[in-house]
Amino acid sequence: MRVRLRKVLALTGVLALSLATGCAQGGAAGSGADSVTYWLWDANQLPAYRACAKGFEKQNPGLDVKITQLGWADYWTKLTASFIAGTEPDVFTDHIQKFGQFADLKVLEPLDDLGLDDSAYQAGLAANWRGQDGRRYGAPKDWDTVALFYNRRTAEAAGLSADRLGSLDWNPEDGGSFEKAVARLTIDKNGRRGDEKGFDKDNVKVYGLATGGAGDADGQTTWSPFAASAGWRYTDKARWGSAYQYGSKTFQSVLDWYFGLAKKGYLAPFTDYTDGANPANAQVASGRAAASLDGAWMISTYYGTKGLDVGTAPTPVGPTGKRATMMNGLADSITKNARNKEGAKKWVRYLASNECQKTVGGYGIVFPATPDGTAAAVAAYRKKGVDVSAFTEPVTDRKRSATFSFPITDYAADVFALMRPAMQDVYANDAPVSGLSKTNDQINLVLGQ
Amino acid sequence: MTIASSSPPSLPLRGAEEAQTGPGPRRAAGHEERGDGRLAAVFLAPALLGFVVFLLWPTLRGVYLSFTRFNLLTPARWVGLDNYVRMVNDPIFWDSMGVTVVYVAVNIGVQTVSALAIAVLMQRLTQSAVLRGIVLTPYLMSNVVAGIVWLWILDTQLGVGNEIVAGLGFDRVPFLADETWAIPTIALINVWRHVGYTALLLFAGLMAIPNDMYEAAKVDGAGEARMFRRITMPLLRPVLAVVLIMTVIGSFQVFDTVAVTTAGGPANATNVLQFYIYGTAFGRFQFGYASAMSVALLVVLSAVTVLQYRLTRAGRSDLG
Repeated sequence: MRVRLRKVLALTGVLALSLATGCAQGGAAGSGADSVTYWLWDANQLPAYRACAKGFEKQNPGLDVKITQLGWADYWTKLTASFIAGTEPDVFTDHIQKFGQFADLKVLEPLDDLGLDDSAYQAGLAANWRGQDGRRYGAPKDWDTVALFYNRRTAEAAGLSADRLGSLDWNPEDGGSFEKAVARLTIDKNGRRGDEKGFDKDNVKVYGLATGGAGDADGQTTWSPFAASAGWRYTDKARWGSAYQYGSKTFQSVLDWYFGLAKKGYLAPFTDYTDGANPANAQVASGRAAASLDGAWMISTYYGTKGLDVGTAPTPVGPTGKRATMMNGLADSITKNARNKEGAKKWVRYLASNECQKTVGGYGIVFPATPDGTAAAVAAYRKKGVDVSAFTEPVTDRKRSATFSFPITDYAADVFALMRPAMQDVYANDAPVSGLSKTNDQINLVLGQ
Repeated sequence: MTIASSSPPSLPLRGAEEAQTGPGPRRAAGHEERGDGRLAAVFLAPALLGFVVFLLWPTLRGVYLSFTRFNLLTPARWVGLDNYVRMVNDPIFWDSMGVTVVYVAVNIGVQTVSALAIAVLMQRLTQSAVLRGIVLTPYLMSNVVAGIVWLWILDTQLGVGNEIVAGLGFDRVPFLADETWAIPTIALINVWRHVGYTALLLFAGLMAIPNDMYEAAKVDGAGEARMFRRITMPLLRPVLAVVLIMTVIGSFQVFDTVAVTTAGGPANATNVLQFYIYGTAFGRFQFGYASAMSVALLVVLSAVTVLQYRLTRAGRSDLG
């Protein structure tokens, strides 16, 4: 019996010891003085950043970049968990929507000593990554804008040329030529178009515009191009505002018009959209919708869809006389407790350099933040036969276009949690838009804490 | 699903009592007993350690955190009853509670009746192990996979399910995108996944009912319906009660199916309590408030369980 007991104890000890050492190894996650760990979420971008890492390692012998790619949803969960467990990566791809929260939690390392020059990047990108304390927490890496993707065959059949779709205008009263085009693209089950007499709005076969959901707090690929081209902005200040403006009359009239398209049968109803299963590109690919507002990050997906002949057009000109699109940019951030901070800084400086951004641009999957990087991407897309001017024009032609950023404020997660159901209520349940004033008050109360 | 477990403390004590009887002829036996006691303690230790580390400690810490403001990365700050006051005044919390109760009612109602029907049919009509296996098949799939597969099947425009609905001449049904349909749909997806397992548990209970009771009833001229009412139901009651307690607890904790199909939408129509708690904690980093809501859920579940236990007299059998 004693021998057995000893055996049991010994075995337990061995097991415990091996677990403990195993954990210790896992905790270090392969990071050390000779390596830098780097996380990103977009699998399409992985080859481009591998190429960058090679260039970096050549210039920094002995330093090894270890890249981990995780899907969008897992990425943020795992990142949060890693901050708690102390296994965070040295450097990670950061999103502006999360920036406020991370800054608030004080998990980011200031990057002021990297010597980055704001003017080296497309306008506005670098400034977004400054915290309320005025310090820089992200090095700009890329940007994206929103444009109209459309099925060229469907558009031709509707008699809408590329030129016509590229010069649409819009207003919240009658919807302008944009609404006319969307109506024209819509076909009911009897084959009647949305602008023809006897159109059956309750039995639509092809919607003029695909739905991308209710847009939550930002409406990036839904209502934001319209609201911004009507002169509305999310908050009272461009960055770190203290009040949201969802209570504004202008904003609410834009929403009334935009979601009103669904009541007219031109925009797919909310019920056509089940989170995750049937995004806008799937609606266009399946022929259920003729066009969709979508982001530059979807270019390869749309153009890569078999059997879909796709074209793009910039967002319509609004009441301000300008087109508008969100211009969102990602950045690389260093974690406060990075194991190899010096190596991390070197890597981020390289990621933010023209050299790396040109390499990334050459892959034609994303628009890098430096103008040269952007040019490389445009050329790479052109080589693939893709005209991306609908996405680049808002950035290059500031006279005719306005760009705006994701709302950057404290409590972004709370704003999202309050706005998501409120917007869904308007779109799905036909709740009056004036109800958003109350939600706006709640949000501003949270912001004023 | 967590069912409270307790470890019997009697084993080490026995050894101690034996030791007090003093030396003598029984010394050897006493040694043996003491040895067994220590060995028992060693064998119990992993389970006890697991219980303390993974159940007791997190529960106590959760209760503590419910009285604090805590964002995980900075130290928790004591705020007294603030989180509970907020909870009582939070319409979304009450809405979530309501949504959860409706979900549990549909889920457990349909599931229990269907499982009972399947179990009785298996008992009375067939002994086929293959059939029992088939009944269990959906349970082998993870909730997330089942949720995603059903999301695709039921998609309003592109789902196979809705193609069939449209093919039969009906209007397409936005199963997971309409506030009226979403909760019943999620409840039925989970019935589909769990009904086989529940049926099997009930079937095991049915197997314990002595066959001669049915034979005697038959001799007395009772039909199947009467035998079900007079023999099966009363004798199955303790098992049915335990199954109900377990499934109700599980049902209240619905999360994964909601997370992958509707993410709480449209407009909070499927924002079940666990999903709200998760969003509050891991989306908004309000771990204090999320803990307070978890404690509330714990209280509700405990009350429901005690009530069920009392009402169904789950601890007593009518047999013998």
